[in-house]
Amino acid sequence: MTVTEAPPPSSGPTTAVADDGDAAVATPEFEAAAEKAKSRRGFLIALPAYAYLVIFFAVPLVIVMIYSFGTRNRFGDTELSGWNLDAYRKLTEPLVRDILFRSLWLAILTTLICLVVAYPFAYFLATRTPMVRNLMLVFVMIPFWSNFLVRNFAWRVLLGTDGPFSRMTEAIGLGETRILFTPTAVVLGLVYGFLPFMILPLYASIERIDLGLVEASRDLYASGWQTFRRVLLPLSMPGVIAGSILVFVPSLGAYVTPEILGGAKTTLMGSYIVTQFLTARNWPVGASLSFTLTVIMLFATILYFRKGGRTL
Amino acid sequence: MTDLADTEPTAPAPTAATAVGISNITKRFGDVVAVDDVSLDIADGEFFAMLGPSGCGKTTTLRMIAGLEFPTQGSLTIFGQEVGTLPPNKRPVNTVFQNYALFPHLNIFDNVAFGLKMQKVPKREIGTRVGEALELVRLGHMAMRSPTQLSGGQQQRIALARALVNSPKVLLLDEPLGALDLKLREQMQGELKDLQRSLGITFVFVTHDQEEALTMSDRIAVMDEGRLLQVDPPEAIYERPVNRFVADFIGQTNLLRGTVEDHDVVCLANGARVPLATGLPKGTEVSVILRPERASITERSQTPPGRSAVDGVIEGATYLGNAIVYRVAIDWMEIDVREENRPDARRHQRGDEVTVSWDDRAVAVVAE
Repeated sequence: MTVTEAPPPSSGPTTAVADDGDAAVATPEFEAAAEKAKSRRGFLIALPAYAYLVIFFAVPLVIVMIYSFGTRNRFGDTELSGWNLDAYRKLTEPLVRDILFRSLWLAILTTLICLVVAYPFAYFLATRTPMVRNLMLVFVMIPFWSNFLVRNFAWRVLLGTDGPFSRMTEAIGLGETRILFTPTAVVLGLVYGFLPFMILPLYASIERIDLGLVEASRDLYASGWQTFRRVLLPLSMPGVIAGSILVFVPSLGAYVTPEILGGAKTTLMGSYIVTQFLTARNWPVGASLSFTLTVIMLFATILYFRKGGRTL
Repeated sequence: MTDLADTEPTAPAPTAATAVGISNITKRFGDVVAVDDVSLDIADGEFFAMLGPSGCGKTTTLRMIAGLEFPTQGSLTIFGQEVGTLPPNKRPVNTVFQNYALFPHLNIFDNVAFGLKMQKVPKREIGTRVGEALELVRLGHMAMRSPTQLSGGQQQRIALARALVNSPKVLLLDEPLGALDLKLREQMQGELKDLQRSLGITFVFVTHDQEEALTMSDRIAVMDEGRLLQVDPPEAIYERPVNRFVADFIGQTNLLRGTVEDHDVVCLANGARVPLATGLPKGTEVSVILRPERASITERSQTPPGRSAVDGVIEGATYLGNAIVYRVAIDWMEIDVREENRPDARRHQRGDEVTVSWDDRAVAVVAE
């Protein structure tokens, strides 16, 4: 940087820094520019994530919606010219309605079971010493180190009529246990698969609660159950909501687990949609069902957030 | 500090009934003995303080009275009823916690009403009693607010109201004034004392602040490392501490080492003899407790009868506003002497050669 004018005689020893005289003086214009730069930086940092979501979520969602208004022609291709709602009429068929309600019911059941199982465990975890806590958290997350498909097949082996569980009941004289390929098997598989997704948010939420409040509650004549209902539950609601969303939404659209553990008798939305796309080659129907599912999940999520979103 | 018996109304004498009976209570956490064979009785209507440094076991003892911990062994009774292993929600006792533990998701009214609700008190009665409790702590207008909107001092008063509204037989307070600034703390000390007096409930108060204990309590239990050292009214604790630790922990003190020379003479480390009746055998190592305010500094002079003295040199002075504490180097140690900051008092300078003297009746002595 060249010095365009001699430095003012009253200034101290000249420094190696650029000698523009007034360059580092604070002004409102500088502050405004700095603020702008700051928000632009924020925008730029978020941009990749935004772009990813738009390209790989919003755009495909719109494409699916468009296809759902199309028509399937004789050859199994999709005609997008004449838009109609025929594909959505499929939802009125009893078969499809059954599948939809069964999927909803199983998803709700899975979420409730996960809640009931995960809450005591998360509470127990939150009241251990840090070392024990960390160890147990590792154990909770170990399943993620192995392949999801493999874990589901493991359940298939466990629940089969020649599996250990059935052998045990036969040995006591209760006969074979035929759980495999029933809704029970699917729920078991879903609960097993999604339990960590319930445990972790619950744990995070409970861990933040000042457990002195539990002592205060007991001191004020509350029983264990009353303490849970009136102190712990309200304060851990954010965790309950986050965990519920994380379990309900994937359970609703689950494909792998129902396929492996459910068999042909228990068809859920996931499998049915896949059939429409691949076997029946009826893309509009597949698209309409997918879109319907997405809308349901969106509503559920919004509802959850409304209910407990303040503290989320 | 002295002679306040003449200026303050005496507290009502506690009745004969024992509110809390602690008998040979021990609490172990693994290898650590937090409370070591402690026995004491707290009388009904008493303002009782448990005092000691951090980790001395006072809070653990309080928690055992509350039911938040169970003793490893020993007996704990409340008004004669054995409660050692009863859960906290079955004891007629309420606690004011150190960090107040107000429920953040409930408003003030619901916080205070919590205990009543758990006891299934009818709604109308809850309304009345909560109103009264809030009036007692002068926060009736805050009923609809959230605890997070209150200042520390206000939260403390709500915690108090929440406990008192249940009309407990014993109120436990775990260092409730610790988080407050000095002015507020002093104000609350007065309020708590007045409250206890008008309600007549037994208060059991845990603190590490000895001045607080001296100001507020009818009796103080001094603890250290799990053991109970002395249980006495404040004056006795201050004037006649039972050992070196208690003497040192309460107030400021100078501990002059010496040995018992005769049944009424103690020989200090520098050979000076002071007349003190100890009742201890000859040769016992003792410490003479000389409180800084009991000593006076004069020019080097003869010691008048009835007083003892040592010569020394002023090493330094600390200005406290209401007093000046001089550090005087005598033969074998340094002692602190406190002089009121009177306008007419002469200030001593560093290096001044002086005599430190005290009234023989104004000191106490403890065995080592």
